[in-house]
Amino acid sequence: MATLEIKDLHVSVVSEDAPKEILKGVDLTIKAGETHAIMGPNGSGKSTLSYAIAGHPKYTITSGTVTLDGEDVLEMSVDERARAGLFLAMQYPVEVPGVSMSNFLRTAATAVRGEAPNLRHWVKEVKGAMADLDIDPAFAERSVNEGFSGGEKKRHEILQLGLLQPKVAILDETDSGLDVDALRVVSEGVNRFKASGEVGVMLITHYTRILKYIEPDFVHVFANGRIVESGGRELADQLESEGYVKYTGTKEAAALS
Amino acid sequence: MAALSTKPHSHGAVVPVSSRAAHFTSYDVNAFEVPGGREEIWRFTPLKRLAGLHSGAAATGSAVVEVNAAPGVTAETVGRDDSRLGTAGVPGDRVAAQAYTSFVDATVVTLPGDVKSEPTTVTVTGAGEGSVAYGHVQVKASQFAEGTVILDYRGSGAYADNVEILVADGAHLTVIAIHDWADDAVHVSQHHAKLGRDATLRHTVVTLGGNVVRVTPVVQYAGRGGDAELFGLYFADAGQHQEHRPFIDHGQPNCRSNVVYKGALQGEGAHTVWIGDVLIRVAAEGTETFELNRNLILTDGARADSVPNLEIETGEIEGAGHASATGRFDDEQLFYLQARGIPEDQARRLVVRGFFQELIAKIAVPEVRERLEAAIEAELEAVGA
Repeated sequence: MATLEIKDLHVSVVSEDAPKEILKGVDLTIKAGETHAIMGPNGSGKSTLSYAIAGHPKYTITSGTVTLDGEDVLEMSVDERARAGLFLAMQYPVEVPGVSMSNFLRTAATAVRGEAPNLRHWVKEVKGAMADLDIDPAFAERSVNEGFSGGEKKRHEILQLGLLQPKVAILDETDSGLDVDALRVVSEGVNRFKASGEVGVMLITHYTRILKYIEPDFVHVFANGRIVESGGRELADQLESEGYVKYTGTKEAAALS
Repeated sequence: MAALSTKPHSHGAVVPVSSRAAHFTSYDVNAFEVPGGREEIWRFTPLKRLAGLHSGAAATGSAVVEVNAAPGVTAETVGRDDSRLGTAGVPGDRVAAQAYTSFVDATVVTLPGDVKSEPTTVTVTGAGEGSVAYGHVQVKASQFAEGTVILDYRGSGAYADNVEILVADGAHLTVIAIHDWADDAVHVSQHHAKLGRDATLRHTVVTLGGNVVRVTPVVQYAGRGGDAELFGLYFADAGQHQEHRPFIDHGQPNCRSNVVYKGALQGEGAHTVWIGDVLIRVAAEGTETFELNRNLILTDGARADSVPNLEIETGEIEGAGHASATGRFDDEQLFYLQARGIPEDQARRLVVRGFFQELIAKIAVPEVRERLEAAIEAELEAVGA
């Protein structure tokens, strides 16, 4: 039973002059089988939360703890976190010129699984996973994310999610920039991952529309660097109709009207 | 349109002191002054480390040249008086002229016309540590010939040479020059390529070893429709100086050139220099040219100089451009790969391999490709990246 536990997390980013505190005491526990939607206006610190958990060097943890099944995540290097079972689907996946998608996927799978996957099974597995996400097989020989459209990048993030089978997946605005078809395909990919085992999902989003496809067990409103309200599905519906104005004082829609 | 060359460049390229068209050339070493280091063409080169190649050092030994010729390809050793020599170009600096003045015999490799030949390898082994040697190689692809010649430089000592590359009308020639010298070696080399009508040259310079390696590939066109691709791949370690000075002289209409040089640097005092000159003369209407240099700095203490120069004397061209970028390791790429469980050392290797991949993929000889991949791997092992 995987459990990701975040306690009183404070995170700063090193900017040009002084460090700036972005996360101001985040408490959140995600257990296997649970999907938590983190919803919040732009600039509330949602993405910082995801990057801090994944270990991006730009962010400094000033206090608090993050544990995965009791193990101290903050003590681990970025790759150790991934091998321990954390996965971050990034809002802006990075291009790596000259490294083919197939080489990258196999290297990552080898690292996470602790041994090189059997070649014949692997080829079949990747082909199947790509077909499930409507990804043209030709992408396997292209450089990682290079020249991919926004939607293609997101599909490949979910492809990696499916192949690497983490314990807890953090999806950072995976829905942003997707058209209706892509949103459906990507959501189905996330739902397949959820159904594949006892896994936890942290779904970070600005808009409620992805929640029509991926059913959250918990909804948290994120504002000004912390969770300000938690509830169930009904909280998302409330955000859909009222927006974030109650939390920010400014009008910002949570639904696409 | 000569005024172009005297205008300040909008994105940082250095304005040449004089037009490339006025660049002095001579077969005679005495026609050149001994450089002092302030001259435009010498200002990046550590003259003190050249073992006197620039200041009249006499040969104290000779390099061993071995040719492994493919069937149908002829390899000859000829004297200085052979009338074929010196036809591809004239030495453009004092060291090249010294080599031309000093070589005793030359190696001439000729690819037969109208057929496709297997790769031929010319191995040049330096005369040994502390010795000075001069040499001369001519590679000729006859009319409609198609083939590859690999120049494989290795061993020790100081060495200067001229490499003539003659690509006859309609021929397709690939030349790969690999500088895999021992740590002490000093090598100053000028390549003179002359392309006939509709001739294609794919020229690749690989620089891995040596204390100082300076290579000046010059391309000239003798007819319309010539197509030259110049690729370079270099990896400089602590204390190494690697200098590449490609010059494309567009003097004929409707010719094309494309220059791509990529280098990685690591360690204290690793220094690379890339000077990419392109001259489009008045006659060269319909020219299409692009030159690119990328440097990847892997550690502190390394320095890459990169200077693209483009002189255009006619407006009637297809296109001309250049790009140069020198950067450190991209931390975002590392983070992305590591976030997928790939350990940092492996992630770094993937990124560096990826950086060179574009060029390695273009090398059509599998043995050379594998050797380069292994060499890059070994370089990365050495620094513990």
